[in-house]
Amino acid sequence: MRKFIERHTFWAIVILLVAGIFLWMIFAVWPDWLVSALGRKKTFVNTFLNGLTLAGLYFLVASGFTLVFGLMRNVNLAHGSMYLLGAYIGYEAAEASGNWFVGLGVAFIAIAVTGILLQVLVFRRMEGDDLRQTLVTIGVSIVAADLMLAVWSGTTYQFAPPEWLFGAAELPIISTIRSSGQEVFIKYPVYRLAVLGVAIAVGIALWLFLNRTRIGMMIRAGVNDRDMLAASGVNVQLVFALVFAIGAGLAGFAGVIGGTALSIAPGEDIRYLLASLVVVIVGGMGSVPGAAIGALLIGLAEQFGLAYFPTYGVVLTFLIMVVVLAVRPQGIMGNS
Amino acid sequence: MADLSLIAGKSRLPNIHPAALVAAVFLLFYPAFASNFFIFQVGAYTLVLGTIALSLMMLAGYGGMVSLSQLTVAGLAGYLMAILGENSVGVMGLGWPWWLTALTAILAASVFSALIGAISVRTEGIYTIMITLAIAVAFFYFVRQNYVIFNGFTGYAGVEPPVLFGIYWRDPTPFYYLSLAVAAFFFFAVLYGARSTFGLSLQAIRDNPRRMRAIGYDVTLHRIFAYWLAGLIAGTAGVLMVWFNGRISPGSVGVDIVIDILVIAVVGGMRHPIGPFIGALAFVLLENFAIDLIDRERFNTVIGLAFLLVVLFSPDGLLGLWMRIKNALKLKRRTLPESGGGQ
Repeated sequence: MRKFIERHTFWAIVILLVAGIFLWMIFAVWPDWLVSALGRKKTFVNTFLNGLTLAGLYFLVASGFTLVFGLMRNVNLAHGSMYLLGAYIGYEAAEASGNWFVGLGVAFIAIAVTGILLQVLVFRRMEGDDLRQTLVTIGVSIVAADLMLAVWSGTTYQFAPPEWLFGAAELPIISTIRSSGQEVFIKYPVYRLAVLGVAIAVGIALWLFLNRTRIGMMIRAGVNDRDMLAASGVNVQLVFALVFAIGAGLAGFAGVIGGTALSIAPGEDIRYLLASLVVVIVGGMGSVPGAAIGALLIGLAEQFGLAYFPTYGVVLTFLIMVVVLAVRPQGIMGNS
Repeated sequence: MADLSLIAGKSRLPNIHPAALVAAVFLLFYPAFASNFFIFQVGAYTLVLGTIALSLMMLAGYGGMVSLSQLTVAGLAGYLMAILGENSVGVMGLGWPWWLTALTAILAASVFSALIGAISVRTEGIYTIMITLAIAVAFFYFVRQNYVIFNGFTGYAGVEPPVLFGIYWRDPTPFYYLSLAVAAFFFFAVLYGARSTFGLSLQAIRDNPRRMRAIGYDVTLHRIFAYWLAGLIAGTAGVLMVWFNGRISPGSVGVDIVIDILVIAVVGGMRHPIGPFIGALAFVLLENFAIDLIDRERFNTVIGLAFLLVVLFSPDGLLGLWMRIKNALKLKRRTLPESGGGQ
């Protein structure tokens, strides 16, 4: 952090200023000129919170994607399918057991096992052939999408989260002050705040796992130099399978979380595949902190685009990607 | 490499393989004996899809850049035909004359392709797939949510080719010859271009970009130029595609179709320009006749499995499979007399 400020003082100041303006806009009571320029404060804060929670969801999906890529140089284009499959399996499990948390756990484990199977049965056979591995994942995603359509049809499914996650919480943020002097506070769905909390928790857990455990150390060593790691007596294939399991499991986990926040329907796989792709391209391939930064940028851009320029929303996301690629082709946190 | 002359296209005339001549004659006289369905839905459609896949084959086979946004480029050309020319929806439709519309659409598509190239060529290998896929998906979402220019979810209908020399070009036979002419032109252009100075340096860049950079070639510029050329091919095919369908909507540039083009190119084989057309023929035949074998709904599973089989067992596609069978037969023929002598 200090290194960054010393090396890029100008950008550090810009980032701090933008963050400061955002914080002021969230907590201050808006003066009239700002309301006439941007519309009601409620819209702004809600958009901001929606962006944050979406970023949390994107981070959950993209962190697995980037983890797998970082270690195995394997672009798993079936990652979106794993998200959707996790959502469907989680739904079935939650329906059968009547417990939402069972769904969450079953989705994680089922997709983790799917990931291990893919790694052991398919990818291990074509190690080092990146292009073919990628093509295989495309083939897998075509078949998976079609089979899921066959099993679960085109209907939209909706999870029922536990009671205490229902409803809205009043936030300590004032939206307007009525003429009577009464303060109106902003309300926001509890579940969405929980999504954000889960994303942050998973992010911290991943960081601890990668930086504070022995296996995490092996994984980081593998990212830097796979052959050296193998030469020092580590069973690389086991590490690969483990990372694939975690990456895929996170996608399934995110499927239940995201399926509860929004809904499950065919086509969602493509949406989250695009999200993971853009997040990872922007944030830097193979970097978990990069995925967090990328998810934040893309989540906010998508929601603000949707709220303030509805028909050009996607262009904003796309512009961020182009600008990052033009300035830093390896992504914000990627190393060249 | 002598095997490749089997398909077509040795530049010197006397060297043309009889099989290529037979194929050419067959393609020319195809409408004389085929039904309208086979001329239009199978013949012309194969040629149009093959031409789009040809632009991908050119980039991937000679340039080593697997770009998934070639259908997006074709789709932009198709959209521009509807926006600048005439359509029956009542949105946009500026009513430009058809030749100006087509020319603008193709040129704009090629510039768009060059821009995609400029964005993606700074990274290499699988990064190209990721970036071009992201562009393709973003384009799909963009045209779906933009109603002002692209008419959102419904898209455009009623995009017709002109009536020229008293011929309505959407009739099966004229349209077949039109697509055949376009496909043949680009097929030979790619075949010839691969041996030009540019084509050879592009292939050298594919094999070793660092060395080419060290010799003093501008690697980035070569790649972007290749994208521009591929954009010309894809754009022209896009104009044909919108004339063929008569309509264009976000569904025409959706991810499934983007992947279909990749499937066609990979299944056909990326070593020779004939590959995409073989792949397109296989795809179209499967699409039309797989209904008889299985449920229409499960078509994508069949396509996906076929693609997986090809990627897993014959990375060079059907073309590579054919070569291998031929080599195996040759080997057998050579060993046969010996084993015969032993008995």
